[in-house]
Amino acid sequence: MIEVQNLSRYYGDFPAISDISFSIQQHEIIGFLGLNGAGKSTTLKILAGLLSPSKGQVFINGSNWIENPDAFRANIGFLPEDPPLYKDMTVREFLCYLAKLRQFPLSKIESRIDAVLTLCQLVDRGDQIIAELSLGYRKRVGIAQAIIHKPSLVILDEPTGGLDPQQMLELRKVIRGLSVEATVLLSSHNLTEVAETCDRLLILHEGTIVAEGNQETLSQRMDTAHQTIDVVISNRDDLDERLQRISQIQRFTTTEEDGRITVHCTIDASTPELIARMVHENFEIHQVTPTQSELEQIFLSLTGGTQ
Amino acid sequence: MNTIFLIAKKELSSFLNTSWGVSIFAIILLLDGLLFNAFALGSAPRYSADVLEDFFFFSSGTTMIAGILLTMRLLAEERQQGTDALLLTAPIQESHIVIGKFLGALSFLLLITLGTLYMPLLIQINGKVSWGQIAAGYVGLTCLGASTIAIGTFGSTISKNQLSAAITSAAILVLMLLGWLLGKITSPPFDTVFSYLAFFDKHFQPFMSGKINSEGVVFYLSITCAFLLLAVRVIQSRRQY
Repeated sequence: MIEVQNLSRYYGDFPAISDISFSIQQHEIIGFLGLNGAGKSTTLKILAGLLSPSKGQVFINGSNWIENPDAFRANIGFLPEDPPLYKDMTVREFLCYLAKLRQFPLSKIESRIDAVLTLCQLVDRGDQIIAELSLGYRKRVGIAQAIIHKPSLVILDEPTGGLDPQQMLELRKVIRGLSVEATVLLSSHNLTEVAETCDRLLILHEGTIVAEGNQETLSQRMDTAHQTIDVVISNRDDLDERLQRISQIQRFTTTEEDGRITVHCTIDASTPELIARMVHENFEIHQVTPTQSELEQIFLSLTGGTQ
Repeated sequence: MNTIFLIAKKELSSFLNTSWGVSIFAIILLLDGLLFNAFALGSAPRYSADVLEDFFFFSSGTTMIAGILLTMRLLAEERQQGTDALLLTAPIQESHIVIGKFLGALSFLLLITLGTLYMPLLIQINGKVSWGQIAAGYVGLTCLGASTIAIGTFGSTISKNQLSAAITSAAILVLMLLGWLLGKITSPPFDTVFSYLAFFDKHFQPFMSGKINSEGVVFYLSITCAFLLLAVRVIQSRRQY
């Protein structure tokens, strides 16, 4: 449904993205990950119709960016990091204006606004001036404007940035609800949010896609040499000697508190393998905690980021 | 076409419903009234036609000031606040955005201009002037206002904030106003070019005295179209490059 073929974008001679290709099926929620400067924003801007590609093709429901940019844009809903809002309007006025601007059928606008207000949990805020709303509600209005014209693809750039945990949880529910009627492309630095919200991930690094797939597929590709975990044990006899015998541990440090020892170690094997080996070495293991979430480890491993 | 009127209506409504728009309306009418009372009417007896001519002279200045103030927000504010993304990601042509914004600001400027109508009517009631002179003067003000709004729209399109938009537009306008001076100090053929490009001198004065000057109408229409086209090109390049 969304097809990106050999897409490149240059700023002068500098390639912000080069030769990236991917496709997205209907109703998927895709997480778009990358370090700062990886080319995420450029890709999102092209997909949103704000920037033209230097090379390559982008199709949405058969509409080509280059050949028919207006038809392409009609299929897109975009929420930038700072929601673009006309703050002197009420929520309803704002949505009505944008529905008309995006040429949504006039006779269906009122019912569509009601549906969108319900979907974004804004029913009781419809007649409020946008300037009077809290950041959490403004983000929801931002999402509402992105979907008011029933686009095929909704692009959300850092949708939960600046929100408190309660607002984040509520907004995640809203985002999951969007996939009923559209495909969602979500860009975020919050890996927990991406892990909890998205069906599939695209990881961008230095202008190219270095991995795509769901979390499970990506963990299989992960370079395990970068995993770090904390293991809490209680027997300290010949500790250093026994830890050094475990080949899976690349390096370690230990700390002791209330008679329990925590080994902070970097390993080059899977966690179950390490545990099995430690048990074999007669360690009494009380707790094993990854110091980073699995997705963080995948992300850092694939992008070569610092742990 | 619908999107042009939609954008124009939104702009007009935003001028009418914000303190910014209302303040400009009030300040321009106050300035017009003060200038009319202090200079156009004066203390010595004068012919009504001369009073009306002076009224249009001062009104042309306030119309240009109003045009710059109204347009400084048009696109620069959208860019500053990030709301330009709403327009640029919509399936509409760049020309629709520019013409919509232009028409919205021009409509509000015409409302302000209409608000000055009581002054020529006072001259008509207390003296004797022809309706033709009043009509010609207002046609001139409309043409001059449209050109100023187009220059301001262009200035607002190339600027990142409202202040730089106002400065850019004012600089272009002042440069064009000084055309008559450049026409006097340069030698042929530049003197003819500069004289023709003078924004006020040659083209507006006939309207003040009651002549609907077709050369002036063509001049102001050309300036309007040229600056609107430039604004469209700027937005096109922003979307494409």
